[in-house]
Amino acid sequence: MSTATVQQGTKWWNGGRSPFNATYGKVMMWYFLMSDAFTFGAFLISYGTIRFSQNFWVDPNKVFNSFPFAEGFNLPLAFVSLMTFILIFSSVTMVLAVFEGHRMNRKGVERYMLLTIIGGIGFLSCQAWEWHHLLTGEHPVLVNGVIEHWNTTVSHNPFGKEVLFNGQMIHTPGPIAFGSYFFEITGFHGFHVFSGVIINIVMYIKTKLGHFDQRGHYEMVEKAGLYWHFVDLVWIFVFLCFYLV
Amino acid sequence: MSDHTPISPEITFVPEHASDTKRIWRTFWLLSILTVIELIIGLSIYKIKIGNEEAMPSLVLAFKGMVCILALAKAYYIVSIFMHLGDEVRNLIMTIVVPLCLFVWFITAFLVDGTSWKNLRNRYSRPLDAPTEQVSPVKE
Repeated sequence: MSTATVQQGTKWWNGGRSPFNATYGKVMMWYFLMSDAFTFGAFLISYGTIRFSQNFWVDPNKVFNSFPFAEGFNLPLAFVSLMTFILIFSSVTMVLAVFEGHRMNRKGVERYMLLTIIGGIGFLSCQAWEWHHLLTGEHPVLVNGVIEHWNTTVSHNPFGKEVLFNGQMIHTPGPIAFGSYFFEITGFHGFHVFSGVIINIVMYIKTKLGHFDQRGHYEMVEKAGLYWHFVDLVWIFVFLCFYLV
Repeated sequence: MSDHTPISPEITFVPEHASDTKRIWRTFWLLSILTVIELIIGLSIYKIKIGNEEAMPSLVLAFKGMVCILALAKAYYIVSIFMHLGDEVRNLIMTIVVPLCLFVWFITAFLVDGTSWKNLRNRYSRPLDAPTEQVSPVKE
């Protein structure tokens, strides 16, 4: 389906047309996403650099092994899998909304945008629970021969190396950078999800009011879709860097 | 309703859009399967490390490498099919792909840097170890 080769003789850079065969708005959205990709990339690479410079790092399966309503169960990777699937699913509903937009099917666009918004709010709720659990959950940690109970915050990390103390294995304080990086990167990502949900709500309202019917095309929904997929893409790499490797 | 008039005079031609959602759902299942495989590998790493953090380092590293490749595959499918970059003209595709290839250099450079810091620190500054200085015995 290489319609691009149909235009073999087209002089793309001689003016009078978009050299990318796309509207200015769409090209600018791609450029913005590139810049945002570099920002997230810089944060994640900075995390990687600090992590590689340390002899010991936190084991994510010890930190992230809880699930709502399942206190006390050891379920590594379970909750974050749920979050990943929610975001993938909301990405699919977004593509379907854009698809319906190409067919000028207003009802279809409304339905799929609504599902996408619900998915986004679901993801944010999960992330809020994860943060709350970390910031308020207490873990025993051996500090100067005394067992204290610490939360996981930007200044305290109770998941350091384990040592034998009075017959049981207990953590010592871990690298503080872990908390800072985790909350900062997931917070920045969550902020993008939040703004994405707001943008999607605006698109939903505009669709319902018939603005795109009047205009004759749903390209704004498509651009909002590009932003939403970018958010999903970033999550894949955040998930990779913090939970899997 | 595939080849309608372009929405703006900037557009030279309108690519034909798929008439059904088969491709979209197929990609969804593909992404889900890749995610499940990632999770299985992640849980294998967890199982290997139970009881002994340093167990089977080469296998754990191989697993982590596989997980990175799966993540890149997922990224490719999302960008190419969900964001429709695969359907755009080559100029636009290159605008995105070329900087991302340079990005690989960015990642490699900084991870090597971080490793180098660790090695330098381990070699030259060990304040908590037994003192490495040795005082020569006084000659009586």
